[in-house]
Amino acid sequence: MTATETTFNFPHSILSAHRQRFRRLLPAIGLLLLGLLAWEAVVIIFRIEGFLLPKPSVIGATFQDQFLVVLPAGLFTMREAVGGFAIGSVLGIGIALATARWTLISEGVMPFAIAVNSTPIIALAPIMNNWFGITNPFSKMSIVALIVFFPIMINTVRGLRQVDPDALELLRSYATNERTVLLKLRIPNALPYLFSALKIGSTLSVIGAIVSEYFGGTREALGVYISQQAALFHFAEAWSAIMVACFMGITFYLLVLIVERLVMPWHFALRAAEE
Amino acid sequence: MNENNPVVSIQGATKVFNEGGTDRVQAVKDVELEVYPGEFVTLIGPSGCGKSTLLRLIGDLITPTSGGVKVNGKHSKQARIDRDYGMVFQDATLYDWRTVNKNVQLPLEVMGYSHDDREKRAAKMLRLVQLEEFANHYPWQLSGGMQQRVAIARALAFEPAILLMDEPFGALDEMTRERMQLELLNIWGQTSTTVIFVTHSIPEAVFLSSRVVVMSARPGRIHAIIDIDLPRPRGFETREDPRFFERLTEVRECLRAGESGKSHVEGYK
Amino acid sequence: MSNMLQSNQNAMASGQMIVRRLRPVFAFLTIVIVLIAVWEGYKALGAATGNKVPFTGFELPIRSDDTSMPHVWDIFQALFRPARRGGEDVLLIILTKSALFTWREAALGFVVGSVIGFALGVAFVHSTLLEQGFMPYVVASQTVPLLAIAPMIVIWGSRLNWPTWGSVSIISAYLTFFPVTINTLRGLRSPDPTAVELMRSYAATKWEVLWKLRVPAALPYIVTALKVSATASVIGAIVGELPSGVAEGLGRALLTFMYYYVSGPEKLFASILFAALLGILFVSLIVQIERRVIPATRRLDE
Repeated sequence: MTATETTFNFPHSILSAHRQRFRRLLPAIGLLLLGLLAWEAVVIIFRIEGFLLPKPSVIGATFQDQFLVVLPAGLFTMREAVGGFAIGSVLGIGIALATARWTLISEGVMPFAIAVNSTPIIALAPIMNNWFGITNPFSKMSIVALIVFFPIMINTVRGLRQVDPDALELLRSYATNERTVLLKLRIPNALPYLFSALKIGSTLSVIGAIVSEYFGGTREALGVYISQQAALFHFAEAWSAIMVACFMGITFYLLVLIVERLVMPWHFALRAAEE
Repeated sequence: MNENNPVVSIQGATKVFNEGGTDRVQAVKDVELEVYPGEFVTLIGPSGCGKSTLLRLIGDLITPTSGGVKVNGKHSKQARIDRDYGMVFQDATLYDWRTVNKNVQLPLEVMGYSHDDREKRAAKMLRLVQLEEFANHYPWQLSGGMQQRVAIARALAFEPAILLMDEPFGALDEMTRERMQLELLNIWGQTSTTVIFVTHSIPEAVFLSSRVVVMSARPGRIHAIIDIDLPRPRGFETREDPRFFERLTEVRECLRAGESGKSHVEGYK
Repeated sequence: MSNMLQSNQNAMASGQMIVRRLRPVFAFLTIVIVLIAVWEGYKALGAATGNKVPFTGFELPIRSDDTSMPHVWDIFQALFRPARRGGEDVLLIILTKSALFTWREAALGFVVGSVIGFALGVAFVHSTLLEQGFMPYVVASQTVPLLAIAPMIVIWGSRLNWPTWGSVSIISAYLTFFPVTINTLRGLRSPDPTAVELMRSYAATKWEVLWKLRVPAALPYIVTALKVSATASVIGAIVGELPSGVAEGLGRALLTFMYYYVSGPEKLFASILFAALLGILFVSLIVQIERRVIPATRRLDE
């Protein structure tokens, strides 16, 4: 190639990329250690009672102690979250694909979806408990499904419709049918939109499952455990459960992130280049 | 000038946008134009003269309000369905999610070419635009000029009868632009494609074309058609040829005449 | 003559404009009507087949009796009946008061959360160290289930002599700040590098670059986040009310009517409708502000 035209290449060495990423994590790790130390120190120095703010060391010990209770509860709730997430995203994507086909319908449905998306959907939890049974995990799954459904549907419709007009003209100049436009242009274009909704949905689904368990659920559930312990001012126990909840939420988020990378390698590299 | 049948024949094409609204625009009015096989025709004019609209009318991306466009004796819509057009826009309009190779293959996939055929043609096209070593790069890894070459390769991959180019080099720097012009002439010489090219650069129009169509604005009309009889093959020395400057002046004066002619029709809708 | 034609055309054009504006409203109403029809149709089907899927022995997934699915009309009527036997106020008044109470919590939380979110965004754009140190925790903070921290915040608040609703606002702020931080940061980074260079060429201070360039550029992003935050603040307020023992508010109403569900399911449905309305009204308020403040061409996601 001629020398005046520059190209941008992927980082040459994978090793240096890893090292760079590690260096980026350093401030966060340092802050965590510092924060934990400060927390412990403040509780000791100001003699704050355990029911107001437990020490990190106490929470750690309680976590070990309660491990065999908290972990199965976490897995139980995780199943509700993942189940609801799956149902909500399949429905959201499906309906987005169906309505994007007909502009008129999607124009009608969008304001409604946006309105519903601005309501506290969690308020429906007691109704779902009544419909499907308090102890039936599906009552929680349905709430989670509703919570993730709307952002996913709205974002997918946007992604399917907001295509570059030139890219559309290009395909039209090939005299393609709508199906080809959908497959070759609209769907790849919608993927980044979809994944940003899926990422938000992943953490929301864990929280949604836990909060909907507050309105009633089996004793095996993490949300029930948290609200019971918190009501008894057993905050060290509650915090051990919170740690499990955070861990699940973050893990789920990272899983979606990995899938995103696998599905859209181009997008990931593109963003890295823009940074 | 040519005894063959025209590839493109535009008969009294008129295009009005937002008919009946307060924002009604007559983009193109009563345009008559014939383009012959193997010609390189450039549409030039001030912004708003409807040159892009005319290009889209030929490509059947918009339909004329009245009049018609015939391509190879067919209605322009039929020509589009027969895949007679290759389009290149000002933006390369490459798909982010496809590698260079896959971008070139896009029209071939859409048109149902076999896998082997696609690979073969894409490889040939990338060789033609000298990008074979970048086949597996993503578009954003290439410079603007290289991206535009990919777009040209993509447009030529299915050997369309006509190449429609809408200011394809408009976003490039002058150096890259001149090199791309030379490469385009090279490719055109090798493929015997008919090219219709929109630009607002006078030297670009003169350097590339066999004929320059000068348009005037409001409403968009053909003001004059100028033959460019500079010898081919053209190269860097063409730009220093006195005849090149004569043609430049001719086109420039013609554009200015079209501009001042506008004052007569101001207020006329 | 030509004037008449002109004004006629204008009238036509503005008529078209009104139709274009009203189309979403019509669509919205159509969907609501269709949903009501589906609801009542499902009930009628259940009543006709004895709660079975037609022509099969399978039970319908949701029981269609009046306890599980009250008639839409009954829910509406319940609004105008006293909520408790012998009580003074009709449900409509009670729910309106509850909604206003919750909105006060949400609004305070919204303001506090937005200010904190904005401040974090500004801090992060100026210091990569701060961003790298805090950003992971800003993201992780949203995976903490509020229900668990709510009782603690209420206890802390009571030590500081705050009213309980003030503590609920803090919980609401906890949900609100996140979208604002993310979008503020994105918006502050949105100006072209050349625009920043231009400010540099004027020897502008960081402070001036912030207020004359970055913040105006970030406004559309921030307002978009505020729409998300408005809903989040209402959710935070309702969820915060649940374990914190406030006597008023929609969260409390949800719990109360949940306990007395069997004796009056319409009341629970009505309070859910009010919660939905509160969310929608709060977001539309922000949309109205957006329409005033941000020119149409600069608005995001439309």
